[in-house]
Amino acid sequence: MSSALRRMWAVFKRELGGYFYTPVAYVFIVIFLLLCGVFTFQLGGFFERGQADLRPFFDFHPWLYLFLVPAVSMRLWAEERKQGTLELLLTLPIPLWASVAGKFLAAWVFCGIALALTFPMWITVGYLGSPDHGVIAAAYLGSWLMAGGFLAIGSFISALTRNQVIAFVGSVVVCLGFLLAGFGPVTDFLNSWAPQVIIDAITGFSFFTRFDSISKGVLDSRDLLFFASLILVCLFGTAVMVEVKKAG
Amino acid sequence: MIEIKGLVKRFGALTAVDGVSFSVQRGEVLGFLGPNGAGKSTTMKMLTGYLSPTAGRVTVVGHDVEQEPIAVKERIGYLPEGAPAYPDMTPWEFLNFIAQVRGIDRARRAARIEEVASMVHLEGVMRQTIDTLSKGYKRRVGLAQAILHDPEVLVMDEPTDGLDPNQKHEVRALIQKMAPAKAIVLSTHILEEVEAVCTRAIIINRGRIVADGTPAELRARSRHHNAVSVKIRAGGAVSAEAARSELARLAGVAGAEIGPSDNGDLSLIVYPKGQGSIASEVGAHVRSRGWVVDELRVEAGRLDEVFRDITVGRGEEVRS
Repeated sequence: MSSALRRMWAVFKRELGGYFYTPVAYVFIVIFLLLCGVFTFQLGGFFERGQADLRPFFDFHPWLYLFLVPAVSMRLWAEERKQGTLELLLTLPIPLWASVAGKFLAAWVFCGIALALTFPMWITVGYLGSPDHGVIAAAYLGSWLMAGGFLAIGSFISALTRNQVIAFVGSVVVCLGFLLAGFGPVTDFLNSWAPQVIIDAITGFSFFTRFDSISKGVLDSRDLLFFASLILVCLFGTAVMVEVKKAG
Repeated sequence: MIEIKGLVKRFGALTAVDGVSFSVQRGEVLGFLGPNGAGKSTTMKMLTGYLSPTAGRVTVVGHDVEQEPIAVKERIGYLPEGAPAYPDMTPWEFLNFIAQVRGIDRARRAARIEEVASMVHLEGVMRQTIDTLSKGYKRRVGLAQAILHDPEVLVMDEPTDGLDPNQKHEVRALIQKMAPAKAIVLSTHILEEVEAVCTRAIIINRGRIVADGTPAELRARSRHHNAVSVKIRAGGAVSAEAARSELARLAGVAGAEIGPSDNGDLSLIVYPKGQGSIASEVGAHVRSRGWVVDELRVEAGRLDEVFRDITVGRGEEVRS
């Protein structure tokens, strides 16, 4: 393993462990699972639909992530700056990209753990009927990718401030923008006056549209590419902001 | 080991560091002195690769900090101001993280952490989270982190700030023990610390180096260097003013002042002309007049006085 990767691995382990040193991780996971349950069974009408799939479960993920993912990402850089550990981290022999990636991956894996803990849903639907497991697997993957997109945006915003509350609120607002870009009422509103090119451009950035097709089991390479490039662009922006703002 | 040439750092309109150059060899302990905001920390942040200089070059063990930042960071141990550490971790977890980043083999890791922990006396608190530790222990965690990989270059921003006198003494003893094998730079505003551990001191003011020398050389700039202080028993025939004017008229003497006295004894400070030695002359005069002397001492000079003269004096000069 090259030394840069070894150091990224050290950052990753420290960061992931960091979630579990405090009750934050447990509180987050419990709330996430609780809300998943409430949304799926109460609002989503899981039983009433009488269909062996997890659509009602996945349909609410964008809204759940809107508030829960910024809670994970807000600390990534804002906390380092607040504690003064940013100076320590950046004077250790770790390339900046390795710190940015290590921290992001830790947060992403953490979200993955929370998501994986919803496996009883899958078991339940498998027990009650015979769902298309391929579709469910694709939807899980899509959901995790979307969480990565939210996290990367949150990482960027966290790099802009030393205040975690500002990082949280800022991330929620920006992520909301990405969600609403493809939300029915918004596109309807745009349809009434905007030219088609603009509508396409805006809805192209929508998490909703992308996630919708993935959660139906359609793994389109363009959707995967969208999330992958969104993550890379945001992480690049994170590195730039960390570099630019470290003096202040 | 450390070469700094023409280092400049500007933050907008403010010039924090303005053309600083110096070098540090192995075995040297360089004390970085200066009033708050003089540019000490900013210089150290550029030396350790945290901030990029606006102009100038920093080379550490032959590696340019801008060109090869990772190579430089591998060779430096750095204790940033305030000794930051992750508060939710225990010192053991924290040092283990640093050891991984620093590339200390898994096999040697635990032994090295134990070794460093005992060097800075952290043994008792290794499994307690850092945010529950006292200021003194936090500082030692930061110190342990900086020396864990046995770096060739050690940079410490106020290493003894917030420690009690015993802890200060321990840290200074540790620095002295490590000094022969390393190049050490430390900033401080405690002057006794410079006298205790530094082989060389640089005074920085408003971003510029205003003095550079051994502590003894700097002390020699003091008005008090080679001055003689005399205490004469009260009840003698002579008044303070009379004694002062007699001593001031001696050949090698530039002047004399009446110092503060506690029990009515006469206390005088006699200043030499051009820092020459006047102890024997003053002593001979005192004996010939038959004054009863309690104390006669040659002053080495006062670093605090030099520090104040240089930093305040220059400041006013600039303002006028």
